[in-house]
Amino acid sequence: MERARLAADIGGTFTDVVLEHAGKRHSSKILTTPRAPEEGMLAGIAQVLAAAALHPADIGLLVHGTTLATNSLIERKGAKTALLTTAGFRDVLEMGYEKRYEHYDLELELPTPLVPRELRFPVEERMTAKGEIRTPLGSISEIISKLKAERVEAVAVGFLHSYVNDSHEKRAGELLAKSLPGVSITLSCEVCPEIREYERFSTACANAYVQPLMASYLARLAAELKRRGFACPLFLMTSGGGLTTLETARRFPVRLVESGPAGGAILSAGLARENNLQEVLSFDMGGTTAKICYIEGGRPEQSRKFEVARIWRNLKGSGLPVRIPVTEMVEIGAGGGSIARLDELKRIQVGPSSAGAEPGPACYGRGGAEPTVTDANVVLGRIDPAAFAGGTLRLNIQKAKNAILARIGSPLGMDADWAAAGIGEIVEENMASAARVHAIERGKAAERCTMIAFGGGAPLHAARLAAKLGMRKVLVPVDASVGSAVGFLRAPVAFEVVRSLRCLDDDFSVLKINELLNSMHKEATAIVSAGALGAKLQTHRTVEMRYEGQGHEISVPLPAGKLSAADAKKLRAQYEARYERQFGLRISDVPVEFLTWSVNVSTFAVDKKNSNAKVKSSKATARQERTVFDPVSGKRGSLPMFLRRDLAAGATLAGPALVVEPQTTTLVPRGWRCGVAAAGHLILERKP
Amino acid sequence: MKTQKRQLIRQILWNRLIAVVEEQANVLLKTAFGPITREAGDLSAGVYDTKGRMLAQAVTGTPGHVNTMATAVAHFLERFPPHTLKPGDVLVTNDPWMGTGHLFDFVTVTPAFLKKKLIGFFASTCHDIDIGGRGFVAEATSVYEEGLYVPHMKMMEAGKPNETLFAILKNNVREPMQVRGDLLGLVSCNEVATRRLAAMLEEFGLRDLDTLGEYIVSTSRESMRAAVRKLPRGTWIASMMLDGYEAPIELKAALTVGKDGIHVDYAGSSPASRFGINSPKCYTDAYTSFGVKCIVAPGIPNNAGSLEVVTVSAPEDSIVHPLRPRAVTARHVIGQMLPELVFDCFDEPLAGKVPAEGAGSMWVLGLSGGPQVEGAKPDATRFNVISIGIGGMGARPAKDGLSTTAFPSGVGAIPVEITEATSPLLFRRREFADGSGGTGRQQGGEGALIEIESTEDAPFSIACATFDRRRNPARGRAGGGNGRVGRVTLASGKVLPGKETYVVPAGDRLIAEMPGGGGYGKK
Repeated sequence: MERARLAADIGGTFTDVVLEHAGKRHSSKILTTPRAPEEGMLAGIAQVLAAAALHPADIGLLVHGTTLATNSLIERKGAKTALLTTAGFRDVLEMGYEKRYEHYDLELELPTPLVPRELRFPVEERMTAKGEIRTPLGSISEIISKLKAERVEAVAVGFLHSYVNDSHEKRAGELLAKSLPGVSITLSCEVCPEIREYERFSTACANAYVQPLMASYLARLAAELKRRGFACPLFLMTSGGGLTTLETARRFPVRLVESGPAGGAILSAGLARENNLQEVLSFDMGGTTAKICYIEGGRPEQSRKFEVARIWRNLKGSGLPVRIPVTEMVEIGAGGGSIARLDELKRIQVGPSSAGAEPGPACYGRGGAEPTVTDANVVLGRIDPAAFAGGTLRLNIQKAKNAILARIGSPLGMDADWAAAGIGEIVEENMASAARVHAIERGKAAERCTMIAFGGGAPLHAARLAAKLGMRKVLVPVDASVGSAVGFLRAPVAFEVVRSLRCLDDDFSVLKINELLNSMHKEATAIVSAGALGAKLQTHRTVEMRYEGQGHEISVPLPAGKLSAADAKKLRAQYEARYERQFGLRISDVPVEFLTWSVNVSTFAVDKKNSNAKVKSSKATARQERTVFDPVSGKRGSLPMFLRRDLAAGATLAGPALVVEPQTTTLVPRGWRCGVAAAGHLILERKP
Repeated sequence: MKTQKRQLIRQILWNRLIAVVEEQANVLLKTAFGPITREAGDLSAGVYDTKGRMLAQAVTGTPGHVNTMATAVAHFLERFPPHTLKPGDVLVTNDPWMGTGHLFDFVTVTPAFLKKKLIGFFASTCHDIDIGGRGFVAEATSVYEEGLYVPHMKMMEAGKPNETLFAILKNNVREPMQVRGDLLGLVSCNEVATRRLAAMLEEFGLRDLDTLGEYIVSTSRESMRAAVRKLPRGTWIASMMLDGYEAPIELKAALTVGKDGIHVDYAGSSPASRFGINSPKCYTDAYTSFGVKCIVAPGIPNNAGSLEVVTVSAPEDSIVHPLRPRAVTARHVIGQMLPELVFDCFDEPLAGKVPAEGAGSMWVLGLSGGPQVEGAKPDATRFNVISIGIGGMGARPAKDGLSTTAFPSGVGAIPVEITEATSPLLFRRREFADGSGGTGRQQGGEGALIEIESTEDAPFSIACATFDRRRNPARGRAGGGNGRVGRVTLASGKVLPGKETYVVPAGDRLIAEMPGGGGYGKK
């Protein structure tokens, strides 16, 4: 018999655990325990094991995603870290982009560097942009004595142009490893071999900074699991959407930062393949943020730009850049906990700041006084206060109402219903804007997509968001509220290697490129094989290209096998086709620049079969009703309420209606119909 | 009930309109050539009603486009009345006085139609990589030397490109294809925005933007006035000395807080310079109102309503109101100092709330090499790159000044590795200039220290057009010390004192130290 599989996703607000066994799934959703995240996770695991009547020894696989690395960056609770860097450049880390991310705010603050100036050590050495040694590596023995005296716990090495010639970094790394046993060492050429010194050094320092903490967490967790009788392999979810072994996670812990959202994208991609959906907009809304990701042909796009630990109202630019493989998506501060307020023009603003898990929305009754999106949904009647998060948290309507009236309703002369409707509308508008901008950036068209909606908050807002984007169809999967964790169990084992090698299309150095791609492929394969347990592997290769002189690159897939000189022309044609799709023109006489190459090796994702078999349709009957405010009519009215577990495959119902399950609620608005597919997913369709 | 609903819909529409212009700016950012535009976000995008009033503007990298964009569309409509425009028309100009202050910025305007009816306009602008003439230097003594001038005209007519214009451009600029690419980017961002606006009006069953526009303009005007009414009334004056080009420059401002608005008068400021550092009035207006808004109402969006509350006057043909044909290429040298002069005015009435002076205008290091440079061999590698040098910001009353951070510009640095990959230059240092920030209870921000050499045995040139505050430091406030002045030298010892273009001889190195910010409060 197939053994049970377990996934645990620790998010900013909730910790989700999913167990799959013998065709059945059990899940739990509990508030994250920020001070000791593994406690919440172990409690969740105990819940699902009990529900499934299984023992730890019955588990065959455990996949884990955590925000622990992210949190230690946010709270600056990582290791005492030093940086060895090219003499003359010790301040790169602190100078950052040298710009303000908010123009009018004179009180602006910039992120504190992870390594303070006194621990940034200049080293005599210099490579040129072509990788030639201009100044040989000088002695670092004096620095090593200082590192010992300072008792640093981690060291990052970041030299200029190490992405083209890494020999100085490698040599320094060897010397450090020899003299500083027990100290974590990160080389920028290993963690992020890409051009642009600030991003590369920042990534290396972030990796070094979280390494000791993550290594000890992972060791502790592995030991605790063993103690509890788990004997299965443990995999970590990475931000790029692949699983990785403990060993690789220890080496590159910075790649674990955005794992939850990546799990969600995997779920959507799998559902897209199973349901033959060519273009999909994946919409994941949790407690803190909403994630929007376009999926074409069943595969999410990858990127390598990410920002962690934003310090100023969650504003873009106020965090630390890390260049790691991530799933291309836009994440905005629009979750259940997002706080609503009025600006000085009395306009309703929602997010990006969030009430988080503590104190949480006003309706949690834990001292939160700011109105949030969840408070609005409770006041509008869209959420049953007795059944929130599986009934584990009883919501207080009156507190929600008071907060909304105090901060929004009274100053605007609106009653609680209208003010709550305003919060709902604005948060949906914000998400729609983000989806439109992202569509433009990626050359997509939202109106052609089917939406896949999951995460605790998404099913409530999905249909209304879809309507704003001109979309007609929404799929709400089974166990939507724990979608990311469900996605973890579908993820392949994967690793991505990137390198910068700049050349122009009229000077395509095919020998060098092939040599580079080969060595990258070997490196990635070695890492993946260690966790693949003999499974078949696949390879995806891409290159980032741009018109010479531009600053924005577009990723183009490479053909399989050895490249030939003729491929330069083909790649240019593909680049231009993509460029034209995004921007409506080609600039045919400007050379095209190849910049960064990436090789991703992975096992194959786990798809389910026969999920869209035909089913006989039957009209569902509602057992209960709820009073809900309708902004179209401006009145409160009774809405039929269906329990999702009562809806068999083939059941249909017409909006307006609510479909309730233990951890989330799907709103079917007026003008929409809802059916249940063979696999159990809700399919919402807008009447033409 | 009805009014609550109407209020809600207006909020949604306003929100949506801002999203439309942000999207417009985003398209432009992705298609722009040239590091200044993309690193700095030196571009702008806005939406206007049928009367040409600006309703919303994207928040982009540089405040220099704030008022300039708000008034640019009206200049177009005087020449091309709305009823003469057809779908597919795109208007263009790079007029420094009626655009955004120098020939490098092209402004385009696209009329938006819904069912053949004009519903409004979209305008956008970006800094082009080249416009012929002398290039990005301040040596010109008239605008005629600064490059090609394109008066208000149609760049596209009913969807067809004006090939005559493109042919002239192609033969007058150094990077013809990239300039064409930039112009087409302007067209395409307006086009995307036009489609979005039409869809939005259809979705909400609106026929035009007029009612919404009136609401946005009047709400913003009222909020801005309310913010002004919280200030003490009166007139306050300040002055600031700058290095200038051929002679030192004095900027003088008198700021009056009145019943319904703020007026800034630059009477007494120095006359226009012979060289290209003059700030055209539209650009002066932009930075003045930016400075006022930072202090008075940072959260109110820019549109015709909020902008009309701040007015500016300046003597004709002064450094802040030069008349054609004065040279204006490096107008930011003066323009970007104005917000700090405005802060100086506010110091007395708002004591304890206004930051000290900072480095102000950013330094654009224009570095070129090749056989054309004096003393170069015929086979010297040809290159033309820029690096951005950024000084320190002034200390805040309760926080230190930010080091190597541009203010008021939103420009960022260009990575050393990128500059080195595209030229034979090599940076020996790029780090904080230790001790350059002024002392005080709160310390001024440190400037940057940059040292550059060539990897070849060849000289290179450096355009110093934008390097000010080498004799006049950023002043501390409330007893805080001044920031250190900037300094440009060769490693061999020679000081490069002026704003002209110098040669760094083969084997020598350029050392540039940016000014530090002023300190705040006695230590």
